Amino acid sequence: MTMLRSIATMLGAGPAPRPEPDEYAPEAAAMYEVKSSLEGKKERVAKLKAERDEKRSHKWRNWRWFSIVVVNLLFVASFQLDIQLVEGALTASRVVGFHFADLNSSLQVMLAYKVILINLVIGTVTVFLLWWTLGGRTFCSWVCPYHLLAEFAETLHLRLAKAKLVTDLPLHRGTRTVLYVVFVVLALVTGYTVFEAVSPVGILSRALIYGPGLAMIWVGGLLLIEVFITRRAWCRYICPIGLTYGIVGVTSPVHVKYNIENCLHEGDCRKVCMVPHVLEVTKKGYSKTVDVGLGPDCTRCGLCIDVCPTESLKYEVRGLNKLL
Amino acid sequence: MTDAPHTPPPAPGAKATAKPGRAASKRSRRERRAILRSMAAGTIVIGAALLGFFPVVKDWFRRLRPPGAIAERDFLAACIKCGQCVQVCPVQAIKLGDLDEGFGVGVPYVAARDQACDFSCDAVQCVLACPTGALTHEISLKEEVRMGLAVLTRPNKCLARLGKGIKGTARGTGFDGLLRYTEIDRWKPIPVRDHPYDLDLCDLCARQCPIEGAITVERLNVDLSDLRGSPVVFDKCTGCGVCEMICPVDPPAIEVVERLRWEDV
Repeated sequence: MTMLRSIATMLGAGPAPRPEPDEYAPEAAAMYEVKSSLEGKKERVAKLKAERDEKRSHKWRNWRWFSIVVVNLLFVASFQLDIQLVEGALTASRVVGFHFADLNSSLQVMLAYKVILINLVIGTVTVFLLWWTLGGRTFCSWVCPYHLLAEFAETLHLRLAKAKLVTDLPLHRGTRTVLYVVFVVLALVTGYTVFEAVSPVGILSRALIYGPGLAMIWVGGLLLIEVFITRRAWCRYICPIGLTYGIVGVTSPVHVKYNIENCLHEGDCRKVCMVPHVLEVTKKGYSKTVDVGLGPDCTRCGLCIDVCPTESLKYEVRGLNKLL
Repeated sequence: MTDAPHTPPPAPGAKATAKPGRAASKRSRRERRAILRSMAAGTIVIGAALLGFFPVVKDWFRRLRPPGAIAERDFLAACIKCGQCVQVCPVQAIKLGDLDEGFGVGVPYVAARDQACDFSCDAVQCVLACPTGALTHEISLKEEVRMGLAVLTRPNKCLARLGKGIKGTARGTGFDGLLRYTEIDRWKPIPVRDHPYDLDLCDLCARQCPIEGAITVERLNVDLSDLRGSPVVFDKCTGCGVCEMICPVDPPAIEVVERLRWEDV
């Protein structure tokens, strides 16, 4: 039920409401009880935040940026320096000879062409297994080059918003689901890979590897919209690739786990998050259990882990404890 | 500081019914605006994507596709726009389409006049590299390739037909195109500008053609004092474009008409 709910949330439904009093696990209820009885919460929050800011860590963000740069450089170097480790672009490639195909690009091709080739199936299955293992939307925040540019645009947007020069005009999160269906139908009906014409991921990946062209104007336009109008417009509300990988990650072992015990519910994680609906459980009283995994829309970017003053959010590989 | 529950207690003295009602209507107005914005954004994205139809339907770009390309409509659908064919080509004859080509964005083509496919790879590496079969794996020899057909589009400019020879480089010293001259280096293509000619009658299209028996320059007159000749293309022509690239006159006298088949002429 929780899983269905989190899928619905990913597709655009509101996050799960605050549970009824009788829905809490006894340990969780006891912890909320203790928190309510504690005095001087404000002071504690201020103290912990000050401590955090003093030695502010950007550990996961830095690792992630490193990952995005390295993966994309591997593509570039494989061609430009002819080292042939990762040939092709993010839409499809050969990694030391093995076929890899981006799930969304492959879906568009299969729907448009209506002939399924074995190489493409091999590449698609390989990539499916890879990203299922690693968390689904992990692709977005650890590999996608547009994500990195969008993070810089987001920083600019937040600065401008702080100076009251711009206001974030959010969209409905269901937009992405509608567009996903539209692009599936368009590929099927027109017989063209319609989405690829506007995919900033493919455009950017090819621009890096083969040199930029006019198509970068579209990417630039999207970034301008994200700076001045809507925070993270593409990744948050539009990108079908994100939804594809989100679906892959529903049952993925790698996720971010939230533990309520020390959480102060001050909400810094939700402020830095690109998909804050997955962090709705961190509001006081919203998690029924002591531990809860974040929903599949989570890109496993780790910004919330870095910002959390109480270490209540952590990466977890599900089932690893039982295995070890 | 966004602890639940969200709703603040009513301020003392406030009318109990008025406040939540106004808040609710404000929220629903905000949500309505978000939905309108979403519809606008969705329309823009879909509209922008559908603009890709124009260059395709209007045939703005008639591109020479790489060896093994399936029918144009299927080709645009099957191509996953990854450029693996670009990467394996030893003479970098393959380029990728830009945004102005609509659904052809990221789709490979050969600009033969700048750099023809000279089969330096000795087979069809691009076909082997293609992960989706947009370049069909049904062919494995260069002789099986049918990208188009060479056509003498400007016969009046043809040096052979004018009885003229060629001295010096075919395309000038600034030309970057590569060609494999088997008599110089069996394996490595070299710049065309590094290979000057000294011929009484130009026959570069036939001389440099990588396919045996695809093109010859035939005498126009049995009288041996009349040098003039004319290129004749045969059904072995693969449409690789080497003749178009090497043709010394500008614009070239001979060109590849993309996707033209021997059966069609």
